[in-house]
Amino acid sequence: MTCREFAEFILDYVEGRLRPEVKAAFDEHLARCPQCVAYLDTYLATMELEKVAFANPEGEVAPHVPADLLQAILSSISRS
Amino acid sequence: MTKTSGPIGTAEAPQAPAALDPLDELTLLAAIRRGDQAACERLVQLYSPRLMSVARRLLGNEEDARDALQDAFISAFRGIAAFNGQSRLSTWLHRIVINSALMKLRSRRRRPEQSIETLLPTFLETGQHSEHFVEWLATGEVAMHQGQVKRLVRESIDRLPEIYRTVLLLRDIEELDTQETAQLLGVTPVTVKVRLHRARQALRTLLDAHLRGDS
Repeated sequence: MTCREFAEFILDYVEGRLRPEVKAAFDEHLARCPQCVAYLDTYLATMELEKVAFANPEGEVAPHVPADLLQAILSSISRS
Repeated sequence: MTKTSGPIGTAEAPQAPAALDPLDELTLLAAIRRGDQAACERLVQLYSPRLMSVARRLLGNEEDARDALQDAFISAFRGIAAFNGQSRLSTWLHRIVINSALMKLRSRRRRPEQSIETLLPTFLETGQHSEHFVEWLATGEVAMHQGQVKRLVRESIDRLPEIYRTVLLLRDIEELDTQETAQLLGVTPVTVKVRLHRARQALRTLLDAHLRGDS
Protein backbone atom coordinates (compact mmCIF):
# COMPACT_ATOMS: atom_id res chain seq x y z
CA MET A 1 0.00 0.00 0.00
CA THR A 2 1.32 3.47 -0.87
CA CYS A 3 0.81 6.66 1.16
CA ARG A 4 -1.69 7.82 -1.48
CA GLU A 5 -3.75 4.63 -1.08
CA PHE A 6 -3.41 4.84 2.69
CA ALA A 7 -4.83 8.38 2.67
CA GLU A 8 -7.78 7.25 0.54
CA PHE A 9 -8.68 4.52 3.04
CA ILE A 10 -8.61 6.73 6.16
CA LEU A 11 -12.34 7.52 6.14
CA ASP A 12 -13.34 3.85 6.00
CA TYR A 13 -10.69 3.04 8.62
CA VAL A 14 -12.16 5.63 11.00
CA GLU A 15 -15.65 4.22 10.42
CA GLY A 16 -14.44 0.64 10.90
CA ARG A 17 -15.50 -0.33 7.38
CA LEU A 18 -12.24 -1.66 5.93
CA ARG A 19 -12.35 -5.19 4.58
CA PRO A 20 -10.03 -7.46 6.64
CA GLU A 21 -7.39 -7.76 3.89
CA VAL A 22 -7.34 -3.98 3.34
CA LYS A 23 -7.21 -3.37 7.10
CA ALA A 24 -4.18 -5.68 7.32
CA ALA A 25 -2.41 -3.77 4.53
CA PHE A 26 -3.41 -0.45 6.16
CA ASP A 27 -1.97 -1.54 9.53
CA GLU A 28 1.16 -2.87 7.87
CA HIS A 29 1.76 0.45 6.12
CA LEU A 30 1.10 2.34 9.37
CA ALA A 31 3.71 0.25 11.16
CA ARG A 32 6.48 1.29 8.75
CA CYS A 33 5.57 4.84 7.63
CA PRO A 34 6.10 7.64 10.20
CA GLN A 35 4.68 10.18 7.74
CA CYS A 36 1.36 8.35 7.57
CA VAL A 37 1.38 7.95 11.37
CA ALA A 38 1.64 11.74 11.69
CA TYR A 39 -0.94 12.27 8.96
CA LEU A 40 -3.46 9.91 10.57
CA ASP A 41 -2.85 11.40 14.04
CA THR A 42 -3.53 14.91 12.79
CA TYR A 43 -6.59 13.76 10.79
CA LEU A 44 -8.03 12.23 13.98
CA ALA A 45 -7.08 15.35 15.98
CA THR A 46 -8.95 17.45 13.41
CA MET A 47 -12.10 15.42 14.05
CA GLU A 48 -11.69 15.87 17.81
CA LEU A 49 -11.13 19.60 17.48
CA GLU A 50 -14.29 19.96 15.39
CA LYS A 51 -16.23 18.61 18.38
CA VAL A 52 -14.35 20.85 20.80
CA ALA A 53 -15.05 23.91 18.64
CA PHE A 54 -18.80 23.47 18.87
CA ALA A 55 -19.07 21.93 22.31
CA ASN A 56 -21.36 23.69 24.74
CA PRO A 57 -19.89 22.82 28.13
CA GLU A 58 -22.21 22.61 31.06
CA GLY A 59 -22.57 25.97 32.69
CA GLU A 60 -21.81 27.86 29.49
CA VAL A 61 -24.42 30.45 28.54
CA ALA A 62 -27.02 28.91 26.25
CA PRO A 63 -27.08 30.11 22.65
CA HIS A 64 -28.83 33.43 22.42
CA VAL A 65 -32.14 33.78 20.61
CA PRO A 66 -33.32 37.37 20.39
CA ALA A 67 -36.67 37.95 22.08
CA ASP A 68 -38.08 39.72 19.01
CA LEU A 69 -37.41 36.60 16.94
CA LEU A 70 -39.19 34.39 19.47
CA GLN A 71 -42.11 36.77 19.41
CA ALA A 72 -42.20 36.76 15.59
CA ILE A 73 -42.20 32.95 15.55
CA LEU A 74 -45.04 32.78 18.06
CA SER A 75 -47.05 35.33 16.07
CA SER A 76 -46.53 33.50 12.79
CA ILE A 77 -47.53 30.10 14.20
CA SER A 78 -50.64 31.48 15.87
CA ARG A 79 -51.71 32.90 12.49
CA SER A 80 -50.93 29.77 10.48
CA MET B 1 -45.71 34.94 7.18
CA THR B 2 -43.82 37.83 8.72
CA LYS B 3 -40.07 37.56 8.58
CA THR B 4 -38.02 39.43 11.11
CA SER B 5 -34.65 40.92 10.47
CA GLY B 6 -34.22 43.26 13.37
CA PRO B 7 -30.96 44.01 15.14
CA ILE B 8 -29.14 41.05 16.59
CA GLY B 9 -29.32 40.48 20.31
CA THR B 10 -31.58 43.36 21.18
CA ALA B 11 -33.17 41.54 24.09
CA GLU B 12 -32.44 38.60 26.27
CA ALA B 13 -34.23 35.37 25.51
CA PRO B 14 -34.82 32.71 28.14
CA GLN B 15 -31.98 30.30 28.65
CA ALA B 16 -32.39 26.81 27.23
CA PRO B 17 -33.56 24.38 29.89
CA ALA B 18 -32.46 20.78 29.82
CA ALA B 19 -34.10 18.73 27.06
CA LEU B 20 -37.41 17.16 27.97
CA ASP B 21 -37.54 13.48 28.76
CA PRO B 22 -39.59 11.34 26.35
CA LEU B 23 -42.70 11.29 28.58
CA ASP B 24 -42.73 15.07 28.91
CA GLU B 25 -42.28 15.35 25.15
CA LEU B 26 -45.40 13.22 24.63
CA THR B 27 -47.39 15.34 27.10
CA LEU B 28 -46.28 18.53 25.37
CA LEU B 29 -47.08 17.06 21.97
CA ALA B 30 -50.59 16.05 23.06
CA ALA B 31 -51.26 19.57 24.38
CA ILE B 32 -50.05 21.14 21.12
CA ARG B 33 -52.32 18.83 19.13
CA ARG B 34 -55.25 19.96 21.29
CA GLY B 35 -54.45 23.52 20.22
CA ASP B 36 -53.05 24.60 23.59
CA GLN B 37 -51.34 27.92 22.83
CA ALA B 38 -49.23 27.82 25.99
CA ALA B 39 -47.84 24.43 24.94
CA CYS B 40 -46.92 25.83 21.52
CA GLU B 41 -45.08 28.67 23.21
CA ARG B 42 -43.31 26.26 25.52
CA LEU B 43 -42.08 24.22 22.56
CA VAL B 44 -40.70 27.32 20.86
CA GLN B 45 -39.07 28.65 24.04
CA LEU B 46 -37.61 25.26 24.87
CA TYR B 47 -36.06 24.30 21.57
CA SER B 48 -35.23 27.65 19.93
CA PRO B 49 -31.75 28.11 21.44
CA ARG B 50 -30.47 24.73 20.25
CA LEU B 51 -32.14 24.99 16.87
CA MET B 52 -30.85 28.52 16.38
CA SER B 53 -27.32 27.24 16.98
CA VAL B 54 -27.79 24.66 14.24
CA ALA B 55 -29.08 27.30 11.80
CA ARG B 56 -26.23 29.66 12.67
CA ARG B 57 -23.63 26.94 12.12
CA LEU B 58 -25.00 25.94 8.74
CA LEU B 59 -25.71 29.42 7.43
CA GLY B 60 -22.99 31.50 9.06
CA ASN B 61 -25.25 34.52 8.85
CA GLU B 62 -27.59 35.78 11.57
CA GLU B 63 -30.34 37.04 9.30
CA ASP B 64 -30.56 33.80 7.30
CA ALA B 65 -30.47 31.81 10.55
CA ARG B 66 -33.43 33.79 11.89
CA ASP B 67 -35.41 33.10 8.71
CA ALA B 68 -34.50 29.41 8.80
CA LEU B 69 -35.59 29.07 12.43
CA GLN B 70 -38.88 30.81 11.75
CA ASP B 71 -39.53 28.66 8.67
CA ALA B 72 -38.64 25.54 10.65
CA PHE B 73 -41.21 26.24 13.37
CA ILE B 74 -43.90 27.05 10.79
CA SER B 75 -43.18 23.72 9.05
CA ALA B 76 -43.12 21.90 12.37
CA PHE B 77 -46.49 23.18 13.53
CA ARG B 78 -48.02 22.49 10.13
CA GLY B 79 -46.66 18.93 10.18
CA ILE B 80 -47.12 18.11 13.82
CA ALA B 81 -50.28 16.08 13.16
CA ALA B 82 -48.22 13.78 10.95
CA PHE B 83 -45.39 13.39 13.48
CA ASN B 84 -45.56 9.68 14.25
CA GLY B 85 -43.40 9.60 17.35
CA GLN B 86 -40.92 7.13 15.90
CA SER B 87 -38.13 9.55 16.73
CA ARG B 88 -37.77 11.98 19.62
CA LEU B 89 -39.51 15.32 19.18
CA SER B 90 -36.13 17.03 19.58
CA THR B 91 -34.64 14.86 16.80
CA TRP B 92 -37.60 15.61 14.52
CA LEU B 93 -37.21 19.37 15.10
CA HIS B 94 -33.46 19.11 14.55
CA ARG B 95 -34.04 17.56 11.09
CA ILE B 96 -36.63 20.22 10.23
CA VAL B 97 -34.32 23.11 11.05
CA ILE B 98 -31.50 21.47 9.07
CA ASN B 99 -33.86 21.17 6.11
CA SER B 100 -34.89 24.82 6.42
CA ALA B 101 -31.26 25.91 6.60
CA LEU B 102 -30.35 23.81 3.55
CA MET B 103 -33.24 25.33 1.59
CA LYS B 104 -31.96 28.75 2.56
CA LEU B 105 -28.44 27.81 1.45
CA ARG B 106 -29.77 26.68 -1.94
CA SER B 107 -31.79 29.84 -2.43
CA ARG B 108 -29.03 32.33 -1.76
CA ARG B 109 -26.58 33.41 -4.38
CA ARG B 110 -23.43 31.37 -4.33
CA ARG B 111 -20.26 33.28 -3.71
CA PRO B 112 -17.21 32.40 -5.78
CA GLU B 113 -15.28 29.82 -3.85
CA GLN B 114 -11.69 28.79 -3.59
CA SER B 115 -10.94 25.31 -4.92
CA ILE B 116 -10.35 22.68 -2.27
CA GLU B 117 -7.60 21.02 -4.31
CA THR B 118 -4.82 23.16 -2.86
CA LEU B 119 -5.75 21.98 0.64
CA LEU B 120 -5.57 18.26 -0.14
CA PRO B 121 -2.44 16.15 0.41
CA THR B 122 -0.02 15.84 -2.50
CA PHE B 123 1.98 12.80 -3.53
CA LEU B 124 5.11 11.93 -5.49
CA GLU B 125 4.89 9.64 -8.53
CA THR B 126 5.90 6.78 -6.24
CA GLY B 127 2.72 7.37 -4.19
CA GLN B 128 4.64 8.72 -1.16
CA HIS B 129 3.65 11.96 0.52
CA SER B 130 5.43 14.97 -0.94
CA GLU B 131 4.95 17.03 2.23
CA HIS B 132 6.48 16.51 5.65
CA PHE B 133 4.02 15.94 8.49
CA VAL B 134 4.67 16.30 12.20
CA GLU B 135 2.42 15.69 15.16
CA TRP B 136 0.52 18.59 16.66
CA LEU B 137 0.86 20.31 20.01
CA ALA B 138 0.11 18.16 23.02
CA THR B 139 -3.47 18.06 24.29
CA GLY B 140 -2.49 20.03 27.40
CA GLU B 141 -1.18 22.95 25.38
CA VAL B 142 -4.30 22.97 23.21
CA ALA B 143 -6.50 22.88 26.32
CA MET B 144 -4.63 25.89 27.76
CA HIS B 145 -5.58 27.94 24.71
CA GLN B 146 -8.99 26.38 24.20
CA GLY B 147 -10.76 29.65 23.39
CA GLN B 148 -8.27 30.49 20.65
CA VAL B 149 -8.31 26.97 19.27
CA LYS B 150 -12.12 26.92 19.13
CA ARG B 151 -12.10 30.19 17.20
CA LEU B 152 -9.38 28.93 14.87
CA VAL B 153 -11.32 25.74 14.09
CA ARG B 154 -14.60 27.58 13.49
CA GLU B 155 -12.93 30.14 11.23
CA SER B 156 -11.14 27.40 9.33
CA ILE B 157 -14.41 25.51 8.78
CA ASP B 158 -15.90 28.75 7.45
CA ARG B 159 -13.11 28.90 4.89
CA LEU B 160 -14.06 25.57 3.34
CA PRO B 161 -16.04 25.66 0.09
CA GLU B 162 -19.75 25.44 0.89
CA ILE B 163 -20.46 21.93 -0.45
CA TYR B 164 -17.67 20.54 1.73
CA ARG B 165 -18.43 22.67 4.79
CA THR B 166 -22.08 21.58 4.75
CA VAL B 167 -21.24 17.87 4.65
CA LEU B 168 -18.64 18.29 7.41
CA LEU B 169 -21.17 20.05 9.65
CA LEU B 170 -23.99 17.59 8.96
CA ARG B 171 -21.85 14.49 9.53
CA ASP B 172 -19.36 15.51 12.21
CA ILE B 173 -21.24 18.15 14.21
CA GLU B 174 -24.95 17.47 13.68
CA GLU B 175 -24.13 13.72 13.68
CA LEU B 176 -26.38 12.72 10.78
CA ASP B 177 -25.44 9.44 9.11
CA THR B 178 -24.22 9.17 5.53
CA GLN B 179 -27.58 8.01 4.17
CA GLU B 180 -29.58 10.80 5.79
CA THR B 181 -27.04 13.43 4.75
CA ALA B 182 -27.21 12.15 1.17
CA GLN B 183 -31.01 12.33 1.15
CA LEU B 184 -31.08 15.86 2.55
CA LEU B 185 -28.51 17.08 0.04
CA GLY B 186 -29.91 15.15 -2.93
CA VAL B 187 -26.60 13.41 -3.64
CA THR B 188 -25.38 9.82 -3.42
CA PRO B 189 -23.90 8.33 -0.24
CA VAL B 190 -20.59 7.92 -2.11
CA THR B 191 -20.56 11.67 -2.83
CA VAL B 192 -21.16 12.38 0.87
CA LYS B 193 -18.22 10.14 1.82
CA VAL B 194 -15.89 11.74 -0.72
CA ARG B 195 -16.86 15.26 0.35
CA LEU B 196 -16.55 14.45 4.05
CA HIS B 197 -13.06 12.98 3.64
CA ARG B 198 -11.91 15.91 1.52
CA ALA B 199 -13.41 18.40 3.96
CA ARG B 200 -11.59 16.82 6.90
CA GLN B 201 -8.34 16.69 4.94
CA ALA B 202 -8.68 20.35 3.94
CA LEU B 203 -9.51 21.38 7.50
CA ARG B 204 -6.48 19.41 8.70
CA THR B 205 -4.29 21.40 6.30
CA LEU B 206 -5.73 24.72 7.48
CA LEU B 207 -5.13 23.82 11.14
CA ASP B 208 -1.68 22.35 10.54
CA ALA B 209 0.05 25.71 10.13
CA HIS B 210 -1.14 26.76 13.61
CA LEU B 211 -0.88 23.52 15.55
CA ARG B 212 2.33 21.88 14.31
CA GLY B 213 4.48 20.76 17.17
CA ASP B 214 7.55 22.21 15.42
CA SER B 215 6.05 25.66 14.75
